[in-house]
Amino acid sequence: MLRYSLKRLISLILSLAVASLVIFFVIEIAPGDPASFMLGINAQPDTIEALRSELGLDVPKIERYLDWVGGMLHGDFGTSYTYRTPVTKMVTDRLWVSLPLALYALALSTLIAFPAGIYAAARRGKPGDMAVMGATQLGVAIPNFWFAMMLVLIFAINLRWFGAGGFAGWNKGFWTGIHSLTLPAIALALPQAAILARVMRSALLDILGEDFMRTARAKGLSRRQALWRHALRNAMIPVLTIIGLQFSFLLAGAIIIEQVFYLPGLGRLVFQAITARDLIVVESVVMLLVFAVITVNFLVDLAYAAVDPRLRQRT
Amino acid sequence: MRRNLILGGFLSCLVVLAALVSFIWTPYDVAAMDIPAKLRPPSASHWFGTDHFGRDMFSMIMVGARTSIAVALVAVGIGMALGIPLGLMAAARKDSWLDELIMRGNDLVFAFPSLVIAILITAILGPGAINAIIAIGIFNIPVFARITRGAALSLWEREFIMAARVAGKSQTRISFEHILPNVLNLLIVQGTIQFSLGILAEAGLSYVGLGAQPPVPSWGRMLADAQTMVSLAPHMALIPGLAIVLTVLGLNLLGDGLRDLLDPRLRVRRS
Amino acid sequence: MSLLDIQNLSLQIGGLPILKDVSFSVAPGEIVAVTGESGSGKSMTALGVIGLLPDRAETQGKILLEGQDLLARNEAQMCSLRGREIGMVFQEPMTALNPVKTIGDQVMETILIHKAMPKDQARARAREMLDRVGLPEDRFPLSRFPHELSGGQRQRVVIAMAIALRPKLLIADEPTTALDVTTQAQILDLLQSLVADFGMGLLMITHDLAVVSDMADRIVVMRHGELVEQGPTRELFRNMTHPYTKMLFEASGHQVTLPEPPAPEPLLQVKGAVRDYRLPRKHLFRDPGYHRAVKGVSFTLNRGERLGLVGESGCGKSTLTRALLGLEPLQGGEILLDGKPVWSGHKPDPDVRRRMQVVFQDPFGSFNPRHRVDRLVTEPFHLLDTPPTGATRDRAIAEALEAVGLKATDAKKYIHEFSGGQRQRIAIARALIIRPELILFDEAVSALDVSVRAQILDLLVELCAAYQLSYLFISHDLSVVRTVTDRVLVMQSGEIVEEGETEQVFTSPRHPYTQTLIAAAPTLPALG
Repeated sequence: MLRYSLKRLISLILSLAVASLVIFFVIEIAPGDPASFMLGINAQPDTIEALRSELGLDVPKIERYLDWVGGMLHGDFGTSYTYRTPVTKMVTDRLWVSLPLALYALALSTLIAFPAGIYAAARRGKPGDMAVMGATQLGVAIPNFWFAMMLVLIFAINLRWFGAGGFAGWNKGFWTGIHSLTLPAIALALPQAAILARVMRSALLDILGEDFMRTARAKGLSRRQALWRHALRNAMIPVLTIIGLQFSFLLAGAIIIEQVFYLPGLGRLVFQAITARDLIVVESVVMLLVFAVITVNFLVDLAYAAVDPRLRQRT
Repeated sequence: MRRNLILGGFLSCLVVLAALVSFIWTPYDVAAMDIPAKLRPPSASHWFGTDHFGRDMFSMIMVGARTSIAVALVAVGIGMALGIPLGLMAAARKDSWLDELIMRGNDLVFAFPSLVIAILITAILGPGAINAIIAIGIFNIPVFARITRGAALSLWEREFIMAARVAGKSQTRISFEHILPNVLNLLIVQGTIQFSLGILAEAGLSYVGLGAQPPVPSWGRMLADAQTMVSLAPHMALIPGLAIVLTVLGLNLLGDGLRDLLDPRLRVRRS
Repeated sequence: MSLLDIQNLSLQIGGLPILKDVSFSVAPGEIVAVTGESGSGKSMTALGVIGLLPDRAETQGKILLEGQDLLARNEAQMCSLRGREIGMVFQEPMTALNPVKTIGDQVMETILIHKAMPKDQARARAREMLDRVGLPEDRFPLSRFPHELSGGQRQRVVIAMAIALRPKLLIADEPTTALDVTTQAQILDLLQSLVADFGMGLLMITHDLAVVSDMADRIVVMRHGELVEQGPTRELFRNMTHPYTKMLFEASGHQVTLPEPPAPEPLLQVKGAVRDYRLPRKHLFRDPGYHRAVKGVSFTLNRGERLGLVGESGCGKSTLTRALLGLEPLQGGEILLDGKPVWSGHKPDPDVRRRMQVVFQDPFGSFNPRHRVDRLVTEPFHLLDTPPTGATRDRAIAEALEAVGLKATDAKKYIHEFSGGQRQRIAIARALIIRPELILFDEAVSALDVSVRAQILDLLVELCAAYQLSYLFISHDLSVVRTVTDRVLVMQSGEIVEEGETEQVFTSPRHPYTQTLIAAAPTLPALG
């Protein structure tokens, strides 16, 4: 188990290193110098040069890359070109909206998908299964941001149960914060729940056809007992994979959903930064998102080992 | 289960037809503004109503279908053209450094959700439909590579492949002559799924302004325009959304139907 | 009174008749073997008794367990019966256990699900059962997972699960088919001793008459869902009345007479062949090491000779086969065909390859389902510099198909239109079409029913006479190797431990491993 975790950890660090290289150098080939962009077309060459050295743009690329990575290891993402404030502060402020939103949505999605998938698998081919499958078919086809607009139209504008947008902030209390994230989380979660429920169902159905399920039945387990005791844990392996993948979709999807609800999250930050050519902010946010995805995949790998004893030995 | 195929095929054909017809005819000029007639709900003269500039929504939906299909189709094409050969190569040389390289490369791309790729590309090249295609296309490559490799690996274990190797055929030749035809069904089904995901992704990117730029009509942009008008003219949000839902639903049903039709296991049972 | 009494059992699945009017019984302490070829309905009979038939199955007749009709019971009642009154052991031990649960939990589950005893007692009973089936505590604690056990050990766990509550009836569906002969003999011994100890009735399903001939008290022969003949084992073998039983018996021990081989002249020479596999890397910076699957094997196959290669799974015979075919390179030694190395430089020599062909085991997996027979059988033409075309090609196809007893018109059909035996004939036609000097038969008859196997063996003899074949016959089935080879090699963990004239080796084996193998192999009683 330890060896397995260690190996995964090494692979995590390598992935992060390669990802940071890709992000940094992709952004670096971007045409348009931030300094001249910030100063406008009429700026004097020597003023641009001065700003360049102030922003640290005159240093060789490799050195800047190492500085950037070294800074990140200390939690220092550099200074924003446009706002001249530490990027770390900007990003962490926004992260307090985006990350809870993604986690909230993930929790909702799992809470909906597990029962739905298990229910459908247990009643394969019966009306209950058909109904769940029909609903998920529709859920998969709905774009989450449009669903969000419909939720706003119904629950915020017509019924007035929720505010139409904006974020109250966590300092007004946990439940107030949760309340203002509820509609966005539902909008994010439902389409993902539809996918997860389908995966859950088909994973369970695959397992139900395995030999050991017949063995379990031969011992005297009823269908339901066999499903709960033997199928569920085995079905978790593909389901965990999808949950891991979904987290990255949720985080990215959160960026779009933030636009619908005017939430001050990473999404709005990154779009502003793109328009202002504040490349260091773009780099940092992208790196943060990739870091989140890779870390979640690492956690999923560990969860595999917890579920499947065969993995604990294998290295 | 034929129902899936028929309904899905019908919806998909409808959208493709709308896109094709829009090249030669639309009820109104999509660019023509008619401010006095703005925000009209659906009526006999404007079947889907008008937007905040008085443009005909029906015409815009038709032309928007063109953008959606073009972006998603080319993105699937990129994914298939690069992903399938990579997957075949990785499977043919299982556990070699090449396989390792391809699979690690795949993992790396998977760490970048397509929206993040789009953000990166936009940061470099600026927004546009082409960039949306590239972003979605890049994301499709590992999807096809992985599914091709997985299916091909189990085929390489089969004895008919051994027989072909005993007949002295090269790995490349076996890959194209024996492996590819036997994984093609799977790839077609995955293709329809990625196509529908591409339509969703294009809509999302256009909605946040990273995809198609005005004046190119796009369903995602129409929804972005509708956002501030949603309480005044709900149809502006409803109609493009339904267009996306029905298109994606149609493609998914088509994919399910094709899978049932092409799955050799099901076919054996029937014969 | 009999323990199990099946009366006029009929069964349809989706309207298709599977069983027709089957009646037989099992007494306490009795071993009844149900035997027959594929499609005989023997496994469905077993599933019917334990009530695990497919959902769409319709049944008529009665299955009485101690006078109670099982078919009249509802699902909940059957659940309380399964595992407590009736236990079952399945064919495939590798997949019969849940991979994510310990063996202890899985054995205990049988006890706990029936609330037969409290948890600590159940644990003690599980331990006792595992000890009883030959899995002692020091090597097989309850905390072991299935993947840490071999196939034979897993089958022991499945048996422990089935007998944990001392059921009155144990059903074993091909319990040893997936196992090696030596393991098979141990499992059969175990089942026999359990029946004797617990006084259970054992209903054993098997396709292999030899397996049950010295263990079953009674034998039931089935074909196409009907009971053909039944009787006490000895009596049945002594006076078989039904022609199908006679045919089955004859085919199981089918003997062929090979034509005399020509004077020895080496064709295939294997000299000190070594084949290593790289092991999965355990440490990032440490060399992962190798597993040596073939450890310096040497032998010679003469022109016109039929050589056998026997050994149990994992002995390296498949690895050796792939090396002979030039599919994988050797790490030491050499393989020469007619004096020329199979592997020259970094790739196999096409000139040598075209003189060698192979017939694989699985008649279902060895053809691309998308191609027609003509394309399938002509695949080896790829090895020729100038493959025949047009009429010459058609003639070659027709000739090859007719040589294996098929029709020239079969060339235009797809592979799914043929039965397993016919497919194996097509596989032989494919091997013959370029007139190779050597054919490798890799478990080529192992997946076939006995009657079909007998026909393929006859075909081999005909081909030997017509084409003066030289072949290497690789198999785990000793009785088949004994009849179709002149000489035999016995392989054990990567080495050839014995080599000699087939009859000689079988009648007086010298190496202890060969002796064990031959002693373990089940044999049919001599008729008389």
